[in-house]
Amino acid sequence: MREKATYVLGILGTLLMLLNLKTIFLDLPNEAAQGAIFRIIFIHVPAAINADVFLFVALVASIMFLAKKNFFWDSLAVSATEVGVMLLCVNLATGSIWGRNIWGVWWAWDLRMTSQLMCLLLYLGYLLVRPAIGEPTQRATMSAFISIFAFADIPLVAMAIRLPNVRTQHPGPVLETGTLDALYRPPFIIGIFVLLLIGAALTLVRLHQETTRREIDSLRRELHAI
Amino acid sequence: MLAVAAERVWKYFGDYPALRGATLHTKRGACLALLGRNGAGKTTLLRILAGLSRPTKGEITLLGQSAGSHESRRRVGYLGHGIGVYDDLSATENLVLFGQLLGVNEPAKAAAAALELVGLTRVKDGLAREFSRGMRQRLAVARAFLHEPELLLLDEPFTSLDDRAIAVLQTLLAGALRRGATIVMSTHQIREAMELATDVALLERGQIVYSGPQTAEMLADPGWLYRTYGDKGAGDRSARS
Amino acid sequence: MTRGLIAALAIARKDLRTELRTKESLNASASFALVILVLFSFAFDLGREEIYAISGGMLWLVWSFAGALIVNRSFARELPNDCLDVLVASPAPAWAVFLGKAIAAFFLLILVEAISLLPFGLFYNIAWYDSAGSLLVVMALTTWGITVVGAAFSAVTVNVRLRELMLPVLLYPILIPLLIAAMGVTTGLFSGDAVPGSAAASLRLLAGFDVMYTALALYLIEYVLVG
Repeated sequence: MREKATYVLGILGTLLMLLNLKTIFLDLPNEAAQGAIFRIIFIHVPAAINADVFLFVALVASIMFLAKKNFFWDSLAVSATEVGVMLLCVNLATGSIWGRNIWGVWWAWDLRMTSQLMCLLLYLGYLLVRPAIGEPTQRATMSAFISIFAFADIPLVAMAIRLPNVRTQHPGPVLETGTLDALYRPPFIIGIFVLLLIGAALTLVRLHQETTRREIDSLRRELHAI
Repeated sequence: MLAVAAERVWKYFGDYPALRGATLHTKRGACLALLGRNGAGKTTLLRILAGLSRPTKGEITLLGQSAGSHESRRRVGYLGHGIGVYDDLSATENLVLFGQLLGVNEPAKAAAAALELVGLTRVKDGLAREFSRGMRQRLAVARAFLHEPELLLLDEPFTSLDDRAIAVLQTLLAGALRRGATIVMSTHQIREAMELATDVALLERGQIVYSGPQTAEMLADPGWLYRTYGDKGAGDRSARS
Repeated sequence: MTRGLIAALAIARKDLRTELRTKESLNASASFALVILVLFSFAFDLGREEIYAISGGMLWLVWSFAGALIVNRSFARELPNDCLDVLVASPAPAWAVFLGKAIAAFFLLILVEAISLLPFGLFYNIAWYDSAGSLLVVMALTTWGITVVGAAFSAVTVNVRLRELMLPVLLYPILIPLLIAAMGVTTGLFSGDAVPGSAAASLRLLAGFDVMYTALALYLIEYVLVG
């Protein structure tokens, strides 16, 4: 059942992505001010949105684990976190490429990118500490605790980098306001769904791996007990 | 009323069940020897009773209160694998601290009395770090008895103690039994345990497979219980260890 | 509630007493702070104006490094002889055990900070004592933030392999907003030309951080301590 869902989501996401890439690269005209590079926005922004979605899923799963002590929630939390971190990396990489083309530098401490980078650092800690905890219940509990602490920090990071005395070398956020031309809206929205589907498929793959890993671990303990 | 009532207790570590529906009833005033091989789940069960760990499933009441509640913690004394004593505090400071945490009325007075009981009055202001192994163990025993607990949970109490500490502990345990306290101790050293035990329970792969009063067969032949109720062959090995 | 607070204070007193007796983390933390302060003068070749511009940032980097050394010992101190088991098994609620440890770590770090202010003023010729009152407020708010999150992660990592390496990996990313605010407002204090409204906004952020993480830690710590 889960395997079938994984394939369906993966194939659907891939097909939709190919379709969307055709629209983006072949059908859409270049944007007036930015030229060809503006197309990166159809990956860059959906990645950011979906990163938040998956990290939020991880938060909910972490809270559920603490409440229910069911390892499904722990597996979901780590799977969603990994996908969220991957999407953050995609967001940062595409943003950096865009910045190089438009501003001439790879990194400009722009507000959005800075907060995304700090968010990445928060969750890297989560992923680094997890494997260091040997006992599964303890690992799941500590991970859930860290995940809740990390998510709570995200709004504070956003506030901190907007403090009036924080260095003004940070350019204002790109696209804080402004709307997308009607022409660009469909591929943008489809872009969001593409990464949502692919992310969900990857989460399911990782979920499956985590379940298997737990089974192996429990068999090993059984062996030691004998 | 029962001192310990554990109903179908499960505890998972990951997907591995360390306890699989263990059920244990102990009367007040009993001294229960909890037997079982390494990995049978003795420590896990005692840690759950002491409120150090939560069961995945199952109900536990201690002295009529649920395990881990404030009330049950106040009336239970726990002596685990570690001695639970701060090396950089003096004997008195150690006991006064735990007296405060346990809600003892006059911690200083209780500490002095407990030190007297275990024969450490002479060195009451010495740092635990400077004590010999046996003295540290006696300090740990004093800590566990500080608040005159109604239920004592002891995890392998005789394994690491020296002779004098064993003697002190046995005297205190006998005294506690006289004043009506209940004792649950895990052990695989059957001979020492049998001197005090009134009841015996055998834990086997996370389940209580035997629970009842101590009988003459058990005293005469430590391997008998394992052979009769446990896995064939396994009993011989643990009886020797 | 009152019983919990009494237990928390007893544990805090115990931690402070053993630490002042052994000076394990205190000596390490204070001398580490001193070394970094000296190194900073070689890292940057600065004029008067520039020293003031980086003063707050420098101070809080030094203090947050020193803080990691302090909180690392917080729960690790309970490992020998399995003392943590006895604390958790005692009637003191888990939040009280945690609160006691956080309070002790707070006072230890404040002590290290106070000690290192002397060489800081001396080496960099910064008259921090002119704004000592406001500085103390910032120090108290920020140090509580560092130690409450630090003690929580100390409890999380206490049984983890490579605990000394894992704690900073978790701690510093969480502290980023706290340190950004503290650095800005401290620099403003020393140089006397703070951006209007920035101090109030920073203090609000510091206080918000403290309140939120104190509440989260007190509420969730039982899951960490009782397995």
